[in-house]
Amino acid sequence: MDVLTAIAILTLGAALLGAALGFAAVHFRVEGNPLTEKIAALLPQTQCGQCGYPGCKPYAEAIAQGGADINLCAPGGEDGVRKIAELLGLEIKPLAEGAAQKPPAVARIVEDRCIGCTLCIQACPVDAIVGAAKQMHTVISSLCTGCELCLPPCPENCIEMLPVQETTENWAWRYPARVPALPPLALSPAASGENSC
Amino acid sequence: MLKRPLAFRGGIRLAHHKYESAHSPIASAPLPERLILPLRQSAGRAPEPIVREGDRVKKGDRIAAAEEWISASLHAPTSGTVRAIGPFPVAHPSGLSAPAIVIEADGADEWGEKTPLLDSPARSAANRAALSPEETQRFLQNMGVVGLGGAVFPSHVKLSRAPNTPLQTLIINGAECEPFITCDDRLMRERADDVISGTLFLRDLLEVKETLIAVENNKPEAADALRAALARADAAREIRDVAVMELPAIYPAGSIKQLIFALTGKRAPAHVLPTALGVQCFNAATVYCVWRAVAHGEPVTHRVVTLTGNVEHPGNMEVPLGMPMGQLLALARPRPETDACIVGGPMMGFLLTDERAPVVKGSNCLIARSDAFFPPLEPETSCIRCTSCAQVCPQGLQPYELYWWSRAKNSEKAARYQLMECIECGCCAYVCPAHIPLVQYFRFAKGEVRAAEKAQDMAARAKERFEFRQLRAEREKAERAEKLARAAALQAEKLALAAVTDTDSPANAQTPTTENAP
Ligand code: SF4
Ligand code: SF4
Ligand code: SF4
Repeated sequence: MDVLTAIAILTLGAALLGAALGFAAVHFRVEGNPLTEKIAALLPQTQCGQCGYPGCKPYAEAIAQGGADINLCAPGGEDGVRKIAELLGLEIKPLAEGAAQKPPAVARIVEDRCIGCTLCIQACPVDAIVGAAKQMHTVISSLCTGCELCLPPCPENCIEMLPVQETTENWAWRYPARVPALPPLALSPAASGENSC
Repeated sequence: MLKRPLAFRGGIRLAHHKYESAHSPIASAPLPERLILPLRQSAGRAPEPIVREGDRVKKGDRIAAAEEWISASLHAPTSGTVRAIGPFPVAHPSGLSAPAIVIEADGADEWGEKTPLLDSPARSAANRAALSPEETQRFLQNMGVVGLGGAVFPSHVKLSRAPNTPLQTLIINGAECEPFITCDDRLMRERADDVISGTLFLRDLLEVKETLIAVENNKPEAADALRAALARADAAREIRDVAVMELPAIYPAGSIKQLIFALTGKRAPAHVLPTALGVQCFNAATVYCVWRAVAHGEPVTHRVVTLTGNVEHPGNMEVPLGMPMGQLLALARPRPETDACIVGGPMMGFLLTDERAPVVKGSNCLIARSDAFFPPLEPETSCIRCTSCAQVCPQGLQPYELYWWSRAKNSEKAARYQLMECIECGCCAYVCPAHIPLVQYFRFAKGEVRAAEKAQDMAARAKERFEFRQLRAEREKAERAEKLARAAALQAEKLALAAVTDTDSPANAQTPTTENAP
């Protein structure tokens, strides 16, 4: 009798848990692969395709499914590889051969050579180029990710990549040298005006 | 109101080196032939030039206008001709050039039209109350008033009220805690009436409960001058809620969070602005400029600069903005063994890389450097984890942990130890027995953190735009397909109709529909 009660209780428990799990599987299902999203969040989203996949998300999917190496994204650089490796618990490795990180640059259309063919607009993955058919086109440099996808379609070869210039606005302190050196400064001898104080 | 200021955590006592430059009155610097006015003289967006090469300008004329809210206008410090607009060396740790307007002075120093906000300094309280805060804010933005204490944040922005915390305390910061600098000291001593008038103006505008003027106790003359000026103002109309407080001279007493704690006992947690605590702070020299602007219609065109260090004649000078720093320091006659010029104080300043770089609104002090004043740095050795740095850090950070991660170029980890809360005061580096230039590591790591944030923003925006583009492409495709289908259906109908009327054969009508459908 006791045995039967035990079996009944256990069966009931199993049934309840099974029902709960089944309910959760249906109602709390996560859309898409959460790992893909996490990896995609670490990629620079330039959509440049230098990794060999047609965009950042496809590459993230390929990594998540274990098919792709983690060191193919050139714009992400070594830092990007390190972050993906940390996320997935893998060894950090150098960037794949041929995938060198370039200094940041933005595209510029040499405007008097542009014929207004709209081919670059169709190529730009982030809609950073404005212009209409037979009109001059312009790159909105604050939106340009520097992916270079607009270069090959241009029949006039009039798009160039300008390296981002260092200005007092975007300058950042350098890594300190072990022994800080004074910059040379020759102060001119008392140049002008008498001191009144 | 606290009776006596509280002691904030950490901080260090430094040799003041104030007496050298504080003993003589503020002198006027001679007008240089050429003034170089970098457009960026405040935090936020640089104003846009509104003059062109060859234009004649008078003293006080606006030459660059603010186009965004967090930005302040720029004015001609003297009359003359605009000679150039373009890149010019500026006082910046990078040594890079920045866009500037160059004015050739005509020597007449002739004022343009002055339009004060208050018609006369004695404008009645009732009239003053009629001024809307927005009007005052716009006015100060147009007058180019920014914080002259060093952070150069546009002052009008700080007059906006926080949405849900009423302002209770206004603090006027006359602490001037860095050694060597005495420009605010002299200003408070000599022009105390204007400082007090400006303070009362801001007090009325912000409708605060109490106003505290903070002065370090190594400047008793300034405190006395302010008290006397306050008494004079009190004779005109009763003032009960304004007090001059003397702080113990512990560096960095003038830093905002430390100052707020010392005067009100309120502690601002990480990433919280003082306004969220109901406190707003203005530098004493800024308050002076506010008053000169609202009561006299004078924009910010000059500032007091301390010239000190290894010079024959240390002192303070009222300098037109745009005067080359090398030329200015030469007025104090640097002694022969001077090997560099420090812009700002010895703790937070940087070395001048080009002596043509001009004085800007944020330049408070030039120090002629020599080994006698500043013994050369000893070579950096390894951290011994003595925690001296943590004991003096006024922000309660653990500089040795920040150093560990910054040195390893792992700015994410450093950020987790609240790197961004570091105020770069230099206390930690000052006491470090291993002579580690800690602040230099922190500045580097902060730059990395900011760059990572920017990259993250950029990526998020690129992703959004890319996804939107894909969505649009899909929608366009669907629309095109639908249009085609509709056209095909229409044609089929027509054909069917024709077929019915012409030949009555249903077989003909069906063919085009199936062929044309995509
Ligand atoms: S403009 Fe050219 S380089 Fe810039 S994001 Fe568009 S396709 Fe890439
Ligand atoms: S003071 Fe210098 S040596 Fe001591 S713990 Fe801090 S960083 Fe290390
Ligand atoms: S520089 Fe930064 S870490 Fe060092 S004592 Fe000052 S606030 Fe603390």
